[in-house]
Amino acid sequence: MTRLRKYLLRLIGLGYLGVLVAAPVGLVFRKAFENGLSGAWDAVTTPAAKHALLITLIITLIAVPANTIFGIVCAIAIVRHRFPGKNIVNVLVDLPLALSPIVVGLSFLLLFGTGGWLHDLPFQVVFALPGMVLATIFVSLPFVVREVVPVLREVGTEQEQAAATLGANGWQTFRRVTFPAIRWAVAYGVVLTTARCLGEFGAVSVVSGRLIGKTESLTLHVEERYQSFDYVGAYAASVLLAMLAIATLVAMTVFRPKEETR
Amino acid sequence: MAALKLTLTASVAVALINAVMGTIVAWILVRDRFPGQTLVNALVDLPFALPTIVAGLTLLTLYGPTSPVNVDVAFKRTAIVVALLFVTVPFVIRTVQPVLLELDREMEEAAASLGAGQFQIFRRIILPNLLPAILSGVALAFARAIGEFGALVLITGNLPFKTEVASVYIFGRIESGDPRGAAAVSVVLLVISFLALFLIGVLRRHVTRHDEAA
Repeated sequence: MTRLRKYLLRLIGLGYLGVLVAAPVGLVFRKAFENGLSGAWDAVTTPAAKHALLITLIITLIAVPANTIFGIVCAIAIVRHRFPGKNIVNVLVDLPLALSPIVVGLSFLLLFGTGGWLHDLPFQVVFALPGMVLATIFVSLPFVVREVVPVLREVGTEQEQAAATLGANGWQTFRRVTFPAIRWAVAYGVVLTTARCLGEFGAVSVVSGRLIGKTESLTLHVEERYQSFDYVGAYAASVLLAMLAIATLVAMTVFRPKEETR
Repeated sequence: MAALKLTLTASVAVALINAVMGTIVAWILVRDRFPGQTLVNALVDLPFALPTIVAGLTLLTLYGPTSPVNVDVAFKRTAIVVALLFVTVPFVIRTVQPVLLELDREMEEAAASLGAGQFQIFRRIILPNLLPAILSGVALAFARAIGEFGALVLITGNLPFKTEVASVYIFGRIESGDPRGAAAVSVVLLVISFLALFLIGVLRRHVTRHDEAA
């Protein structure tokens, strides 16, 4: 009886994941290589695809370091300091997680677009790269903060105080004591941020204006290829993104906070 | 209005299915041992790592018009639920898993020695302990489902009044140069997001307080 139920639960759980996750992803890989390796290669090396990849990489390379630094600073502020409005900041950090990316895109559009409060900037934000970078930073903001905060709370302040009594200044304490303690959490947060930056679609699609070969990121490229019935191109670009996702996944398993793998 | 209603019903359905299935998956990952478990554990994160547009495409390939298994849900309402389930798979599993790991087995053994049946143990001991985690996972999944866009854009076909969800509706309004209409629906989504966040915050406080008391 117990045995039967054990297998039943196993079957339900694994079946659910198989039907919902494993099977579809596996199939896309097969579709992409339907015309052989060279067909897939040709599809991801068209000028539009290459440019889309470049845009995605640029965005990621700006957004990830920005959010890493912000995330660490913000986490330290939330855990170690008291300031008015701290609770609001704490909730606000989570907002990008709960907010629809479309709404994020729209708010940037309204803020920086024609008639917006910040319309008169010397450079173009909406329908250009700066807007896409900003939108991506916004949606991937919470990850580092959320990973670092619990760890920072856990390690406590004793070691930092000890360092201070031994005459270390603020920066030294951070570099020698605080950072080594939170470094795995930071790494995990960076991996999550990277995954989100590479895959962002909703916010970027609103802000970018989707100019092919100009403001088209790789995710937008997938949709555009699909809508123009170039399925091999869409699948090939998808597989490229999926491989990046799998690489992220491997990194996630490596960096996952230890208490979960224990 | 139709889009909002559809979004809400689909999200509620997705959140409920996730609550049950997520708990089952978390259970087999923690309490069961089988070959390939590490792989399954990594697979759970895939929907999170995979760009949503790719998720939409993968689902469309398997469960769309050219489906190799003859299941065609594309452009139907079922498609919305399937796509939302895909993107929200990790949430409940990942919130329940650590709690289940920490859960003391002694309580269950004590209950068993006192003559409680399997179902009783689950209902009286395990479920109450997991509930805050399940709920906060459900709230996260719900918030995510409400706003999801990328995974839905391809598979639903976006037929107004039938398969058009709120986020896609907003996008359509923006494209057709009606930022006012877009903003109106956005505000509704924003309010729902805030409510979900608030709920998550309350639950998180509850969970941490529970930890400190233990």
